[in-house]
Amino acid sequence: MPKLTIDGIEVEVPAGSTILQAAEVAGIEIPRFCYHERLSVAGNCRMCLVEVEKTPPKPIASCSYPVGEGMVVHTDTPMVRNGRRGVMEFLLINHPLDCPICDQGGECDLQDQAVGFGSDHSRYAENKRAVKDKNLGPLVKTTMTRCIHCTRCIRFITEVAGVPELGATNRGEHMEVGTYVEKALSSELSGNIIDLCPVGALTSKPYEFVARPWELAKVDSIDVLDAVGTNIRIDSRGPEVLRILPRLNEDVNEEWLGDKSRFAIDGLKRRRLDRPWLKRDGKLQAVSWAEAFTAIADKVKGLTGDRIGAIAGDLCDAESMLALKDLMASLGSANTDCRQDGARLDTSRRDFYSFNTSIPAIEEADAVLIIGSNPRKEAPVLNARIRKAFVASGMPIGVIGAETDLTYKVTYLGIDPSVINALHDGSHPFAETLRAAKKPLIILGQGALARADGSAVLAAAWRLAGSVGALTADWHGFNVLHTAAARVGGLDLGFVPGHGGKSVAQMLDGGVDVLWLLGADEFDTARIGANTFVVYQGHHGDAGAHRADVILPGAAYTEKSGTYVNTEGRVQRGFMAVYPPGDAREDWTIIRAFSQLTGKTLPYDTIDALRQRLEQVNIAFSRIGYLPRFGCSDLTAPSGDPAALSDAPFAPAVENYYQTDPISRSSPTMDACTQTARGTHLAAAAE
Amino acid sequence: MALAVSHQFEQPASFSFDAESEAELATLIARYPAGKQASAVIPGLYVVQHQMKRQTGSAWVPVKGMDVLAERLGMAPIRVYEVATFYYMFNMEPIGKYHLQVCTTTPCWLRGSDEIVEACRRETGIKGWKETSADGMFTMTEVECVGACVNAPILQVDDDYYEDLNAERVSALIAALRRGEKPPVGSTIGRQTSAPEGGPTTLLFAPEA
Repeated sequence: MPKLTIDGIEVEVPAGSTILQAAEVAGIEIPRFCYHERLSVAGNCRMCLVEVEKTPPKPIASCSYPVGEGMVVHTDTPMVRNGRRGVMEFLLINHPLDCPICDQGGECDLQDQAVGFGSDHSRYAENKRAVKDKNLGPLVKTTMTRCIHCTRCIRFITEVAGVPELGATNRGEHMEVGTYVEKALSSELSGNIIDLCPVGALTSKPYEFVARPWELAKVDSIDVLDAVGTNIRIDSRGPEVLRILPRLNEDVNEEWLGDKSRFAIDGLKRRRLDRPWLKRDGKLQAVSWAEAFTAIADKVKGLTGDRIGAIAGDLCDAESMLALKDLMASLGSANTDCRQDGARLDTSRRDFYSFNTSIPAIEEADAVLIIGSNPRKEAPVLNARIRKAFVASGMPIGVIGAETDLTYKVTYLGIDPSVINALHDGSHPFAETLRAAKKPLIILGQGALARADGSAVLAAAWRLAGSVGALTADWHGFNVLHTAAARVGGLDLGFVPGHGGKSVAQMLDGGVDVLWLLGADEFDTARIGANTFVVYQGHHGDAGAHRADVILPGAAYTEKSGTYVNTEGRVQRGFMAVYPPGDAREDWTIIRAFSQLTGKTLPYDTIDALRQRLEQVNIAFSRIGYLPRFGCSDLTAPSGDPAALSDAPFAPAVENYYQTDPISRSSPTMDACTQTARGTHLAAAAE
Repeated sequence: MALAVSHQFEQPASFSFDAESEAELATLIARYPAGKQASAVIPGLYVVQHQMKRQTGSAWVPVKGMDVLAERLGMAPIRVYEVATFYYMFNMEPIGKYHLQVCTTTPCWLRGSDEIVEACRRETGIKGWKETSADGMFTMTEVECVGACVNAPILQVDDDYYEDLNAERVSALIAALRRGEKPPVGSTIGRQTSAPEGGPTTLLFAPEA
């Protein structure tokens, strides 16, 4: 490890580091535009100039200059300052002076650094160049005249997103960043280029001219629109959520965020349930909370527990699910289920239903098998991690499922479950690859589990994992990739049919007389029995509310403090950013308030008391944020006969990435994305 | 050259390599190790441009041609667009039958490139750079040093150099091209390659033994 001195501070950094990285270790900030620690080094903005002793007397771009033993670096000499001033002057020659109408204003790298290195006036009297704006689709707004050609967006789309669609065409004064042929970006991670852009060239289209960063209240939260548990920051002003940005979490999302999670927020303002409703004479009427509760209590009274059931949806927090489960138990019902899609998950052990390898450890895998899943659509941020590992190691990746572009090179092994057993008995050539791997990774998607032979697929996949060495004392290579943010939490706290309880399918078709839907919209509500009394508790007027006899308005994830467990089993907590609209309330409080009418009041009055109860139910809930590494010492297989596989091909769990839940279905932006995506598909099919 | 795709001319709906191009491509790709076919992108773009000249009489590179080349070389199409738009040798829109490329860099300019430009304009009726003559025969562009300063001034017609020019010889050259003839390339004053004008000035006799 070379030692060097930067501004008199001695640091030791790994060989191959750059001066800029070493300066960061020393706590010295070097201005930069093109350098980004998660992208390849371009070295084209020249803002990071420093002076190195005993080199030719000229400034050196520190982002691309490797450190050497005994190097003496100065980052604040007259030469450096003059150099950076010169670079800034060149950058500002063609950069418009439109900060007052620029959405980047207030959080603009160029603005900030112009304060340090810019001149108070311009010496450039000629015409500035103007560049035509590009249409990159409904999410990213372009003002290409502002572009300083750092190429971060090009590198991100090519390297991280794996969809090389952006490039720099022409050269010199005429260089332009764009797609050349007009087309919308097809990446599910395209919104990240807005964060990466150091100037106002790429800004958020839906957020155009909406707010200034200093007007916004910022609250940390967890994304619920997929099961990755991306760490987010909710920016709001007054009662309105205005934007969502990713937060840094190296173990989950690094600093990326999927487009749906970022842009579906306009759905939070539409089709909201903001007051209780009760169906009288076949028509929903606005009522008070008391009337709604009484109506439910009247229905429940006299019913035995087995005629009452509850289904939890995909966006629920663990607290409200536990409250509902406790309520059901107090009514004598074991009919609870959080698997709306009917996924045949074995809940007897936690590692039968979670992403055991953990997201950061994907990078250690040396062979991957994806069964019945399209991670690009089901969990784009996690897919970026698989791609990152693939780019670094070129590991072989096999897919059992439909052929589609996953942004990395894969081998298609077949489309039906029989391939799993062919890999197990070694008759398939890819079996050798898996066996030869030291850390094989098997990812089982919901498309493989939400089907009649789901438990057989689960058992077969587990058996395969055991036989290829994916289950060892220090490597757990068996992974279930979920699509619902609430799913693992629900399974952890046992929101599944209890002893003698009914599953979702059994509760439908008149299986129960009172059905409580906690944000459950992702199943065929037409199958609910005609005489079943339906209570819908949730935040959007979607499929569930459509069928409801009583509607209890709840809070969306931005409006409540909640605990979520991601697909890995990582417990994370989000905080309330804005208040629920109108009469809507936080969900657990609704259930707690209703329980009083049944005469069996739930024993918690505060969210802290409810969280203590959560920890009682499953100790996993006491571990917030942190996930220990574990192997697999118990090879006992999940229930299910690995031989009972059908030959039906795997169908994708997520057909349209942009609209998977009530929030994104209510979002005009996501609607536009869906149209755009379909448009490109149609155009591609026509060719 | 700084023109994006949304212009008045029509892009062909499809493009596929003909037999001659296929043969050239095979040779080009074979020059590079397996997995490094992308190295053949620049000569590959010439293959596209030459095929367009053969088929349509106008040497240019359509988007579909770049897409087909990208697929052949295992590159993302945008990577080919970047290369093609970077180099001025590739015409991103249709040009006339003959591409008159006048070098106006210092050595050619000192040797009278202004005169060459003037002659080209007079003979073809073209007014500005990157324009095509009304009859569709000629497109004139200004190019930087083509590396033949010894025989300056230079007029490059398509892929061939005409050297040691003056206004008169440019007029004759353009008239010949118009007639469908192809005058011999190289020096127009009979200079042997880039040897001194009028014959050798050194090494006139063998040294004494």
